[in-house]
Amino acid sequence: MKPPPFRYHRPSTVEEALAVLAEAGHDGKVLAGGQSLVPLLNMRLAAPGQLVDVNRLAELAYVRTDAEAVRVGALARHAEVEHDADTWEAVPLLRQALADLAHPTIRNRGTVVGSLVHADPSGEMPAVLALLGGVMELASEQGRRTVPAAEFFVGPLESALRPGELATAAVFPRPPARSGSAWREVARRRGDYAICGVGVLVTLDEERLVRAARAACISVGPTPVLVDLAGAVGGRPHDAADWAAAGAVVAAAVDPEDDIHATAAYRRHLAGVLTARAGRAAAAQAARTPEELA
Amino acid sequence: MSEDLHQTRLLVNGVQHTVRVPARRLLADCLRHDLGLTGTHVGCEHGVCGACTVLVDGLPMRSCLLFAVSVDGAEITTTEGCRSADGGLGPVQRAFMECHGLQCGFCTPGFVTTVTAFIRDHPDPTEAEAREAIGGNLCRCTGYQNIVASVLRAAELVGEEGSGEPQGGAPVGREGSGA
Amino acid sequence: MTTRLFGEPIARREDPRLVAGDGRFLDDLGAGALAAAFVRSPHAHARIVDVDVGGALDVDGLVAVYTYEDLDGRVAEPLPLLIPHPSLHAPRTAHPLANGVVRHVGEPVAMVVASDRYVAEDACDRVLVTYEPLPPVVGIDAALRAEHAVHDDVRDNVAAHMVQEVGDTRAAIAAAPHRLELELQIERSASMPLEGKGVYARWDAADRSLRVYSSTQTSTSVRMALAAKLGVPVDRVEVVAPDVGGGFGVKIVHPWPEEVLVPWAAIRLGREVKWVEDRREHFVSSAHERGQQHKVRVGFDDDGRLLGLEVEFLHDNGAYTPYGIIVPIITSTQLLGPYKPGAYRVEFRSLYTNTVIVTPYRGAGRPQGVFAMERTMDAIAERLGRDRAEVREVNFIRPDEMPYDHGLIFQDGRPLIYDSGDYPASLAKLKKLVGWEEFAAEREQARAEGRRVGIGLACYVEGTGVGPYEGAHVRVETNGKVVVATGLTTQGQGHETVFAQVAASELGVPVEDVAVVTGDTRRFKYAVGTFASRAAVMSGNAVALAARKVRAKALRIAGEALEVDPADLEVVDGVVRVRGVPDAEIPLATVAVLANPLRYAFDEQAKQATQFAVGGGAEVPPVADDDEPGLEATDYYSPVRSTFANGVHAAVVETDPDTAEVKILRYCVVHDCGRLINPRIVEGQIHGGVAQGVGGALYERIVYDEHGQLLNASFMDFLMPYASEVPTVETDHLETPSPLNPLGIKGAGEAGVIPGAAVFAAAISDAEGLWIDRMPISPSELWELRRQKTPEGDA
Repeated sequence: MKPPPFRYHRPSTVEEALAVLAEAGHDGKVLAGGQSLVPLLNMRLAAPGQLVDVNRLAELAYVRTDAEAVRVGALARHAEVEHDADTWEAVPLLRQALADLAHPTIRNRGTVVGSLVHADPSGEMPAVLALLGGVMELASEQGRRTVPAAEFFVGPLESALRPGELATAAVFPRPPARSGSAWREVARRRGDYAICGVGVLVTLDEERLVRAARAACISVGPTPVLVDLAGAVGGRPHDAADWAAAGAVVAAAVDPEDDIHATAAYRRHLAGVLTARAGRAAAAQAARTPEELA
Repeated sequence: MSEDLHQTRLLVNGVQHTVRVPARRLLADCLRHDLGLTGTHVGCEHGVCGACTVLVDGLPMRSCLLFAVSVDGAEITTTEGCRSADGGLGPVQRAFMECHGLQCGFCTPGFVTTVTAFIRDHPDPTEAEAREAIGGNLCRCTGYQNIVASVLRAAELVGEEGSGEPQGGAPVGREGSGA
Repeated sequence: MTTRLFGEPIARREDPRLVAGDGRFLDDLGAGALAAAFVRSPHAHARIVDVDVGGALDVDGLVAVYTYEDLDGRVAEPLPLLIPHPSLHAPRTAHPLANGVVRHVGEPVAMVVASDRYVAEDACDRVLVTYEPLPPVVGIDAALRAEHAVHDDVRDNVAAHMVQEVGDTRAAIAAAPHRLELELQIERSASMPLEGKGVYARWDAADRSLRVYSSTQTSTSVRMALAAKLGVPVDRVEVVAPDVGGGFGVKIVHPWPEEVLVPWAAIRLGREVKWVEDRREHFVSSAHERGQQHKVRVGFDDDGRLLGLEVEFLHDNGAYTPYGIIVPIITSTQLLGPYKPGAYRVEFRSLYTNTVIVTPYRGAGRPQGVFAMERTMDAIAERLGRDRAEVREVNFIRPDEMPYDHGLIFQDGRPLIYDSGDYPASLAKLKKLVGWEEFAAEREQARAEGRRVGIGLACYVEGTGVGPYEGAHVRVETNGKVVVATGLTTQGQGHETVFAQVAASELGVPVEDVAVVTGDTRRFKYAVGTFASRAAVMSGNAVALAARKVRAKALRIAGEALEVDPADLEVVDGVVRVRGVPDAEIPLATVAVLANPLRYAFDEQAKQATQFAVGGGAEVPPVADDDEPGLEATDYYSPVRSTFANGVHAAVVETDPDTAEVKILRYCVVHDCGRLINPRIVEGQIHGGVAQGVGGALYERIVYDEHGQLLNASFMDFLMPYASEVPTVETDHLETPSPLNPLGIKGAGEAGVIPGAAVFAAAISDAEGLWIDRMPISPSELWELRRQKTPEGDA
């Protein structure tokens, strides 16, 4: 299983990369981590005429945290984001979800931005971006644009990235104060693509009642399914909310399919179960006082 | 319709190499066939089995999912580079031997590099941590039990002998057994 | 002082090179060889209308393209039917390249030879094959319905039909106080070694000789096949199995199309040619196994004693039958396990489907048979409200009933007679190990906490050491080193170590001085191969017998040299000495020199030998009529029949009430394979087998769609367990030696996997209170089963 031939470019600057991508057009594909792309090439399921290797673009190799968000450059590896202490403090959901993404060896090379662009319906990162209301920063010779998560994931393995465009960063906004998050996933083997995965973000008010709660689910639709849980758990005390009801809302909202690993009905059921589990955990995390967190 | 060749420099097991390879040449094939380091094995070519795992700038990565050209300039460590400075078996390799952590030996190179990096970063693992550390590599022969034991034994040996810092070196001479 | 090596868990001799990255697997060889690749059918069933290779010829680096039309002589004939059988009334084998028809996705249609594999695949992409798709037959039910045929001249898709019966089973069942009927199913899986197949061929035109390296389980048989197919005299063909990265049965089939075509191309081109199977190829063009559907009818008494057992099953053999019907025959016979069935009738039909061929995978039909038998035992226990272990015990063959003749014919064509085994003792040990008696209380306690735990157990008997023979050659060199050669092969079983242990023990030399070669026809030419848990029994005993001959000769010569009776001699640490007389000794190395009347003093050993006088003097020839030069011997071990190992496994599982995920809390094994040459190696074999049992029970399933497309032809979707899925295995063992061979050993290679499906089905059934009759089972399937039981919600 060897890849088909391609023309290879290895630009040293973003500008150069954009020029090459512009010229390559539909024929061009970005190579960052390659952990999703190279298997496709090896199996000859994809045969881009030109590969643009962006691993030299040092200016994109960053993960930065500021008052608003965690900003992940295109070359930040999954492992780097997973282990970044500031990221854990600012947006814990990233590490929570990354722990279930493949295996550490894959995470050493794969990139968060790459995962987002790949837009796999079973990918953890698209759900995290969607749940947090994050955005993708895209660049091309025509200029730069920002696409919110809600518009970025178009279909299975299809993102809003246009030919000639390079995704330069992903921005994960900090959740509001008194928020907690959790990620729960069921996979056939540890590290496999999720049969179903759910991330939940819960925000409490000053009385530690649920002010907001939402879930993002993977492997239950062509793109991450975002569900508002406020109807089921809003206004409830953080430790007395009906998370099972929240799960039922999610189960009703998803439209999964059968495949060789699981039935649609089972996936739907899991969406409910995992929402309840993640919701409870997220609420508990949100309720932790600053003293408890320290 | 012949392919462009790209000059690629790789520091492998402490030895500098320059190769001219097509862009699509997988790192696994480059190591094995262009550099003659056949210790790294290829089991699936889609990143799942882990037999091809090498260290790239110290981090375990699937060499079947890397193009050699893409890691131009990198420092690579293969299982051959996990030997000791005098060319004998390194502590991780010895641990596998002591614990019967291999049978056919085909998956072993991927475990050796993975475990070498793991112990460097986690010198005193629990059994559960050891099992988790090898959780991304397939073995069809051993059922993993003795591999987990090998990880724990390797941690002991590295602790006793000092760093399992990978070295370059000549191939170990083969004793006794033929084939 | 030489330690007694037989039975010692010594470290493996092959490990230093393997852990250092110095192994020599197939693709590590042949650096300058051309690369072969194959154009394979994308259709499950189709007529080949046209093959246009024109596009491939333009590829830079292409050397040759071959289709069926290019094949000549016997290479153009179908591949051999290795194991004919009277019941296999419609055998069919494939051509090395498809001849007008393809019958499974993956069947080879054209071979490309090029400068490297990348280029070869480019060329394959440019070969344009025009197919006329035909209706495919997929799955046992479709094969049986026979609306379409896989082979035009086998309209009912039945390749074989076999019945074996002892006693009047239907009458016995009809007369029994109780009766049960069960339907059971195991789905297709595969050996899936980490290294695929591979062939590397070198034709020496000056010598007119062929050397072929193949990642095979039987180099001697590949040699015979190639000599016949390629028209090269046998003595001009040598086949070597290099280091092999696992076999588990799939590499016993021979010759594969590629094993014939790669050497054929090497001869034609006058160039070295190598083919290395990639993972996708392995999925679609190697072999699978396990898929069977069973119907069981059983009659039993109030104690659960079997009075009559009738089994009817359907076996999916894929598109061709090169390996005959060994797998279903093994199912038929090994299904009986350690039990007396009363009257027994087993009938099977082996069916063609448009899928990959089915040949043995570790267990080779036993897992399916054990699944049927053990589920039946559990069902009987449930019907009678009895303990599942007690019901089994009531049916055991007792140790004092050994040898026990079932009245059936086994896979080796010989009577199914169990030689030894203590089944009650095995079960007692297992019950103690897992805490069988105490478990009911644990289950209740867990239930009170809202947890679901369950325990299952399964017994099996495994025929091992099947014949017809293996041989070994042992030679003591003049430098004192011992070289051992045997013809069968190695894929991780540690043969370089265990056979060295046997030889060292028999000869009295340090094990470090013994070198073992396996699987190389240059070194040993008569062999059968490594499969069916036979290697230790067969070659282990052959090595022992050959070593004993060498030892006897050494003592005779040493006796002459030292002027003592050979009966007074012993060999310790490579030195022959008179028992109790300190200075009367002669190194084995010197004896080796003395064994050759021609003694040029090339080395120190030879010079030292001149001090001794042996031989009959001037009136007799230097080499006697019945003697040969050299301290070496060949011997063969050929058993009258197989020797039967046995075991009992138990598993404790916990199922998640919400997600239906299955967690293995404990896995216990008691096994009995007679005497152990190296306990650590045996235990390793068991661990590996258990992992495959876990895989087969909970994860691995080859999935074809109705068009005959393999839906999970990758490691992403064919789920072999990682370390996270495999439990720690607790083992205990018994040793009831085999009375059939000098070493008293039995095989252990397949033990770990055989009861896997049975034991997990039982444990999950126990945890859930649901009847499980189909394996493997996934959480999704378990959850759906729960829903069927209580449609209004989770149980």
